[in-house]
Amino acid sequence: MFLSHQHQCWFGAEFRRFSLERSKPGKFEEFYGLLQHVHKIPNVDVLVGYTDIHGDLLPINNDDNYHKAVSTANPLLRIFIQRKEDADYSAFGTDTMTRKKNVLSNVLRPDNHKKKPHIVISMPQDFRPVSSIIDVDILPETHRRVRLYKYGTDKPLGFYIRDGSSVRVTPHGLEKVPGIFISRLVPGGLAQSTGLLAVNDEVLEVNGIEVSGKSLDQVTDMMIANSRNLIITVRPANQRNNVVRNSRTSGSSGQSTESSLPSSTPNILANFLQGEEESDEEDIIIEDSGEPQQIPKAAPTSESLESLTQIELHESTQNGFLPSNEMNLNHSAGSISMEYEVQDPDPKSLEEDGTIITL
Amino acid sequence: MRRFLRPGHDPVRERLKRDLFQFNKTVEHGFPHQPSALGYSPFLRLMAIGTRSGAIKLYGAPGVEFMGLHEENNTVMQIHFIPDQCQLVTLLDDNSLHLWSLKQHSGASELREEHRFTLKGPPGSPPSATQVTAVLPHSSREVLYLGTESGNIFVVELPSFRVVEDRTITSEAVLQRVPEDYCNRRSCELVEALREHPKNPDQILIGYSRGLIVLWDLQNNKVTHHFLGSQQLENLYWQRDGSKFISCHYDGSYTQWPVSSDNRHPEPLENFVPYGPFPCKAISKIYWQTTKNGLPYIIFQGGMPRASYGDRHSISVVHGSQQIAFDFTSRVIDFFIIFSSEPTAEFDDPSAMVVLAEEELVVIDLKTAGWPAVHPPYLASLHCSAITCSHHVSNIPLKLWERIISAGSKQNIHYSSMPWPIDGGTNIAPDPPQRDLLLTGHEDGTVRFWDASGVCLHLLYKLSTVRVFLTDADPNDNMNPLGEDEWPPLRKVGTFDPYSDDPRLGIQKIYLCKYSGYLAVAGTAGQVLVMELNDEDAEHVVDHAEADLLQDQEGYRWKGHEKLRTRDGPVRFEAGFQPFVLVQCQPPAVVTSLALHSEWKLVAFGTSHGFGLFDHQQKRLVFVKCTLHPSDQLALEGPLSRVKSLKKSLRQSFRRIRRSRVSGRKRRGGSGNASEVRGPPFRDTLQEMELAPVQRKIEARSAEDSFTGFVRTLYFADTFLRDSSRHCPSLWAGTNGGTVYAFCLRVPPAERRMDEPVRAEQAKEIQLMHRAPVVGILVLDGRSNPLPEPLEVAHDLSKSPDMQGSHQLLVVSEEQFKVFTLPKVSSKLKLKLTALEGCRVRKVTVANFGSCKTDDYSENDLAVLTNLGDIQIISLPFLKLQIRYPCIRKEDVSGIASCVFTKYGQGFYLISPSEFERFSLSTKWLVEPRCVVDMPEVTSNNHVHNKSGMENAVRKSSKQRHEGNIVTCLHSVVASSEVSCMWQESLERIGCSFCWKEEAVGR
Repeated sequence: MFLSHQHQCWFGAEFRRFSLERSKPGKFEEFYGLLQHVHKIPNVDVLVGYTDIHGDLLPINNDDNYHKAVSTANPLLRIFIQRKEDADYSAFGTDTMTRKKNVLSNVLRPDNHKKKPHIVISMPQDFRPVSSIIDVDILPETHRRVRLYKYGTDKPLGFYIRDGSSVRVTPHGLEKVPGIFISRLVPGGLAQSTGLLAVNDEVLEVNGIEVSGKSLDQVTDMMIANSRNLIITVRPANQRNNVVRNSRTSGSSGQSTESSLPSSTPNILANFLQGEEESDEEDIIIEDSGEPQQIPKAAPTSESLESLTQIELHESTQNGFLPSNEMNLNHSAGSISMEYEVQDPDPKSLEEDGTIITL
Repeated sequence: MRRFLRPGHDPVRERLKRDLFQFNKTVEHGFPHQPSALGYSPFLRLMAIGTRSGAIKLYGAPGVEFMGLHEENNTVMQIHFIPDQCQLVTLLDDNSLHLWSLKQHSGASELREEHRFTLKGPPGSPPSATQVTAVLPHSSREVLYLGTESGNIFVVELPSFRVVEDRTITSEAVLQRVPEDYCNRRSCELVEALREHPKNPDQILIGYSRGLIVLWDLQNNKVTHHFLGSQQLENLYWQRDGSKFISCHYDGSYTQWPVSSDNRHPEPLENFVPYGPFPCKAISKIYWQTTKNGLPYIIFQGGMPRASYGDRHSISVVHGSQQIAFDFTSRVIDFFIIFSSEPTAEFDDPSAMVVLAEEELVVIDLKTAGWPAVHPPYLASLHCSAITCSHHVSNIPLKLWERIISAGSKQNIHYSSMPWPIDGGTNIAPDPPQRDLLLTGHEDGTVRFWDASGVCLHLLYKLSTVRVFLTDADPNDNMNPLGEDEWPPLRKVGTFDPYSDDPRLGIQKIYLCKYSGYLAVAGTAGQVLVMELNDEDAEHVVDHAEADLLQDQEGYRWKGHEKLRTRDGPVRFEAGFQPFVLVQCQPPAVVTSLALHSEWKLVAFGTSHGFGLFDHQQKRLVFVKCTLHPSDQLALEGPLSRVKSLKKSLRQSFRRIRRSRVSGRKRRGGSGNASEVRGPPFRDTLQEMELAPVQRKIEARSAEDSFTGFVRTLYFADTFLRDSSRHCPSLWAGTNGGTVYAFCLRVPPAERRMDEPVRAEQAKEIQLMHRAPVVGILVLDGRSNPLPEPLEVAHDLSKSPDMQGSHQLLVVSEEQFKVFTLPKVSSKLKLKLTALEGCRVRKVTVANFGSCKTDDYSENDLAVLTNLGDIQIISLPFLKLQIRYPCIRKEDVSGIASCVFTKYGQGFYLISPSEFERFSLSTKWLVEPRCVVDMPEVTSNNHVHNKSGMENAVRKSSKQRHEGNIVTCLHSVVASSEVSCMWQESLERIGCSFCWKEEAVGR
């Protein structure tokens, strides 16, 4: 199959055309090297983009979106390359290709687009997840597991909890049991800005640990101790905005998770361990009044080996990078998505499937 | 699959854990909180104390202790031992009677509740008809006489508590032959006192509150004598021969009455107001004790002139021309006299008076001239000045132990040498395994040294730091006894003195080196005293140094208290610990951490502003380090500004209540229901408060929080701080803001110790990102054992630490336990306690746990107390939670704050201001009372009333048998001091084989 390929700079553009095996696209790194080789620009940092079936210019910067791009080739895939220092990030985004008749002119004359302001989507490197709904596939639909990423933001978490009581269905009938509830959201705080938590939501778990039987102060201390990576499971007071799952077979990730883990407990445990390790070891050491630096982890001992593997599993989502499949939520290309899922054997993205990113 | 293997399922480890750990609350030390009743059995020679919370405690010879708790938790009003029995009856304020008995069970006696009973009157009768006011256990041991508010006296059988209705002594029956005019003036009213005739068990004396006293014949069910008292009656007491009795009255008088068969309506022999002629307070209890020389002891409680001495809590002892009114520091609950209880003895011959006051127990020796007090071996008032901190030192070397005891004995010369008079029962507990000291710091600037080795917490020595300072009140001011001709002849007794002259004197931190005898004590006003043990009195100047912890910070103003002024010139110190250096922190904020290294002769101290290191050999400040964060205003302003903010918040909350009250009314008014508007507004307030429940803010800690510079812990270690080839002395400090500072120290070798200065250099600073307060720092050696204490190796009591393998650093914050490698700090392991359970670490220490199965296995673990009152044991060095026990109620904040662990898995915490609860986590080191009270054989005899002569003979023989028992028991007490030398030697031998070393982390 043939793929078209363009290379542009301030003053002109070069076009190259070459072929690639669709079934074995390889890694993004290899592809990047190939581009540099084809264009004879071995030491120039470039941004790589492609047009999808809707005509949107989308970036290629990791294995995932590279594979995605290859899968959309029909049979030709147009790839755009920009030198990084000249890059016009605003060129990427939805409708970038259809709105403007000629994306090339836009790219060649960057001041052109100023007349037509549109939603600017910055590069994925600039994104940082602030919150997410996770584990939708394993939780009852009435529950919501929300992750707040305090890491790196200056925003206060900004919420309060209180004691209260809720009604549970037990073998002996309805029973009133004590519970912990969100009592207040601070305007402008992280919790409020996500829109995922609301006043009177009942807190059920904190980082995988059930709250029932614990006092308000205990739960407070648990939340503060986990504040750098807080995962709270709530029963929203407003049950109308719940994520409604499709039939269980359609969600590929749900399928895989549920088939292997019939009960949700191990999953909670795994989730907790991830959460635990992510916020780990940011302790700082200053040696002999030198520069402060982060404390490294000692060589893994047999005791901590299992948790170390956990970190590595999660590393890709940790660095503030948006995996491409989340970007794909912007499109409703179900069939392509399926194709992609089949192609991608990497289990780590399964865990993030179903995630909604709130920007 | 490893992570699905749940921890703690290794069967070998599980078995080992059972051999190592076990939780027991073993004994309560100190003085019972809020005592409410006292009882004594001259037969068993046991004393019983009841409390307002329904506890009952029995004490005999040192080590003989029993405790029981009434289910109802009601106040114990009265305690009565059943004569010549191992049984006692308690009356609670809910009018219930409880029968307790001491029974032997697997070799040791136990106190158990046998029966309970509430007196019920006929249907429709008022509750006062059966409200018990007086209890008389009859010497027949078969019945109890219960005097009531209605004036009737009910008879119940023992032990069944069955009411014998036909024997009830009604007030009508009593009044039948009382003269008409007397009867008209007053009815019987409640029964105030019931007393059995000392020689004739068929006669009982009944005293009614309005003043009427009758002698009742149980055989014929009739009154034999009427004694027409004119004053409100308080109490009665028979003379030993039964020929006279004495009554005491509300107006502060007492009256003697003759009892003879010829006069049925005798007139009083003598009516006397001892502290008249002005109105006096009631005499609530009186004793009349006969002696060989003919002069009786008259001992009575109260009776002081109402106007000038009405506030005194006094008991007066009158013997011939001698008279002393013992003036107690708190309300007198009750008292009893120990006298010859031999039925054949002709005289009482009182030997001691035992007084239970609200805050302490005082025993007066009545045999020795001057009536000195007896030093109690137990029931010490821990709170004679409020406890501000405590420190425990295990396994004290004999030498130091003896020196402390000898220093203490010089302080106790004013005590009587009389052996402890309450000596019933036999202590059969094994000798304590080692000598342990518990040091308590007090608000008045004293440190008390307690023998905490065994069941009896006993004061060894009291150290006062007050002499170093100039305070407003001169300690010698009010010590002068009153002159000879003072009237009333008051004499202060007791040690309870909760009023501190100057709160700045309060002791906050204590550190004792048991090998060198160096003691460091730090207080509320930033004072750090280093002391040395001296066996002689000495007069010397205390060197004085200042440590400016704000050295390079500017523009700060300390608004708290001033430092204490010191005395100029030499100061005289009594034998014992004598201060030689005073380091004064500036600003004079409370000292929050303290560490002493007796080998390097260094003392480190920290406040909320920073920490410093002082060389007490050269008497030179080595360095100070300010830990203040620039935004940390609170620490600088001192405690006063906090008070202000508290006031402010109080005001705000009141305002809120008021506002809600107004709004609640408005709402009610709007509904148009006029009648309800007048309803109590208080309910509205309550509703309003329910609508706004307690809420907690969830926010990550930031560096800007106040009090981050507060130094929580200091630790000396000889370890690899800089490189892995050379180890060096180091000082570690942990702050409230999660920072750990490590300083590399250069201590000159011993021969040049005085010539070269000690140098220090900061080597590391670790910032824990979770920023929780650091509560403990510990270095583990190459074998993962905690480093030994200073001088421990030098005294051959510990193996030297492994300096070959790499050392590890354990940092315990309130939220996490983390192990780092050394010298390159990289994190190795951690346990996040708070993230998992929401609990925070309050106290942590390394404890050594020995196996109860084999002598050769022991291991070091962390003993941790959380803010929820749980105790957790965490293994070293892998930080695995081993076991958890609920110990203290989480609401009991002062209990949790007062907890102190020992190095062998025991601990203490305050259950009231005056009581330590002792607990044990170890299967091996367990200190708990184990004692036997012998059941007298007289119980098996059938008791026949009219054969009292024979009864007496039987009683006597059993008494003698029992006396023999007491002699052996006393003998064992005397012998124990000799034995202690023996087991000391054997212990020291064991000590040599100890292979663990440890350092307490949390203090």
